[in-house]
This record gives sequence, structure tokens and C-alpha cells, in this order.
Amino acid sequence: MIRRLLASLMLLAALAPLPARAVQPDEMLPDPALEARAREIGKELRCLVCRNQSVDDSDAPLAHDLRVLVRERLVAGDSNDQVVAYIRSRYGDYVLLKPPFQFDTWVLWSAPALILLAGLWSVGRYLRHQARMAGAPPLSADEAERLARILDEKPGP
Amino acid sequence: MRRWLYLLPVAVFVLMAGVFYAGLGIDTDVLPSPLIDEAAPQFDLPPLPGSRNGLATADFKGAVSLVNVFASWCVPCRAEHAVLNALAATKKVPIYGINYKDKGEAANAWIAALGDPYTRIGADDGRVGIEWGVYGVPETFLVDRSGHIRYKHVGPLTQADIDKTILPLVARLQQ
Repeated sequence: MIRRLLASLMLLAALAPLPARAVQPDEMLPDPALEARAREIGKELRCLVCRNQSVDDSDAPLAHDLRVLVRERLVAGDSNDQVVAYIRSRYGDYVLLKPPFQFDTWVLWSAPALILLAGLWSVGRYLRHQARMAGAPPLSADEAERLARILDEKPGP
Repeated sequence: MRRWLYLLPVAVFVLMAGVFYAGLGIDTDVLPSPLIDEAAPQFDLPPLPGSRNGLATADFKGAVSLVNVFASWCVPCRAEHAVLNALAATKKVPIYGINYKDKGEAANAWIAALGDPYTRIGADDGRVGIEWGVYGVPETFLVDRSGHIRYKHVGPLTQADIDKTILPLVARLQQ
């Protein structure tokens, strides 16, 4: 039973979709360290033809050209940051899949924190209100007697 | 609870509606280019096979230039070509072509069939296109006398684009 379960799990794992990278074998660098750096860069660059794919994921000709360009510059000795800066100087911030924190993006990046703060503020306000209600003064003797009388009253016919 | 807090959701709604309404007019296919007001990229492209001069950065010096990135495989370029021919006939601004990721013979046949509005054409395998931040042909740039990019148009130019945007800008840059 367990063996059969394991076998079917392994079969499922084999069928699971592998991350479909578009990087072609003839684009890859012989040096695995440089190729790994190229992958790291390619993951972060947006393909401007398909917009929501990275350069590594896209089959568009422009994405191919950019992958080749990234590798050429790495071979020429550029750092990762230099390669990204060059492509950003041509295509703008939009080419970065992760927008940088700067003047026109601070609202984007700080929105989650601001919304959290607003939430904390309203929860705090609510709790303080509750506490004030809970701390209401006890009934006076007079009030307690009146309450007992009301509770003792027989329901009407 | 203070009164004004009841107005807060309404205020938030009005604000968001305003932002969304403004966003309706934005064409998300057109990306802002970081190259505007920058010097045109340095490049030197070979000509089309059996053809005239290629195209290099130095060609832009001294006069306002229109740089058009095109390809024979690009369908919108075909629609745009008549507009470029008409613009070339006015002789108001030289049109330089960057033939992008194209086969030389195909480009020559295309020019022969549709007419040639270009003063010079450079054949690009894609690398110079990246220098110009090209992501979808056709793209058109206006370069001023000092060789700085002043305007970028993505997609096919229409006669209205020429009349309302390109020619007024050319006239201003030529002053």
C-alpha cells in the first residue's frame, strides 16, 4: 500500500511542470558561475514584449537578444549591477521586475506599512472605547434595588 | 464618534474614482523612455546589401533628424510607410531608417515596392535597437541638432501624429 502510494507520488512529481525557462542551450555560457549570474540577472529583467514574463522566461526575439547581451557583458567583466544599470539606462525602470524604492514609487512601497498602521490605529481606538465601556461605574444601591424589582416582576397575562 | 469620520469612506471613494478615471486615458503599451533628452546612442551601422551609405551617430550632427526603426516583417510599418513617404516629400526633415532584425534582401524588396522615404538606412541585427531602447517596431525618434533625442513615438505614425506632433516639434527644434 505504502509502496504504491510512494510510486504514484513519484510519478506525479515527474509529471509536475518544470519551470519552463526559455534560455536556449546555445545561449548558455560554458562557465557555470557566470551562467548562474546571468540567470540571476535574467530573472529580474522584464521582457518588454510580453511584459509579465522575465527575460529568462520569454521566447520573444528581444528577450533572446537581451539574454545574449547580458552574457556578453558578464564575459567582458561587468558586475551584475553594471549590466542591469546599462539595460535600465536604455529601457527605463519598467524593465526591472522589482521596482526600485525612489521618489515616484514611495507610495507603492510604503502602502502596506501605511495600511497596517491605519489598521493598528483603528483597532487601538476600538479597544480603548471598549475599555471605557467596561470600566463604567457600578450601580448605586438605589439602582440595584430597581433592577431587582424589574427582574422579579411576573410577566403579564 | 466624530461626524467627519462618516464622510471618510465617501472621500476615499471620490479620490480612488478620480485616480482610476485619470488612469483610463493612459496607454499602457507606450512606455516612458529614459533616453528622452539624452544624447543619441553611439553606433555605426552597415548599409543594406548593394545599397547606399549605412547610418551612424555622426549623421545626426547639425540638423534635426527623424529616426525611424522599421522592418519588412512588421505589419504596422507597412501602414506607416505611406505617411513617411508623404513626410519625405515635404522635405521638412530628413528621415533616417534603422532596419531592425530584418533580412537585407527582404528590406530591399520592401523599399522597392513601397517607396523610399529614407535619406540613409542602417541595417541592425538588434543590438543597436537595444541601444535605442526599442521594444516594438515601428518606433520613431526625433533627434535635435546637437544629437540629443527629444521625442519618441512607439507604434505606427499616422498623418495626424505628423501634423499635430512631429512637424510642430521639428519646427521648434529647427529654430
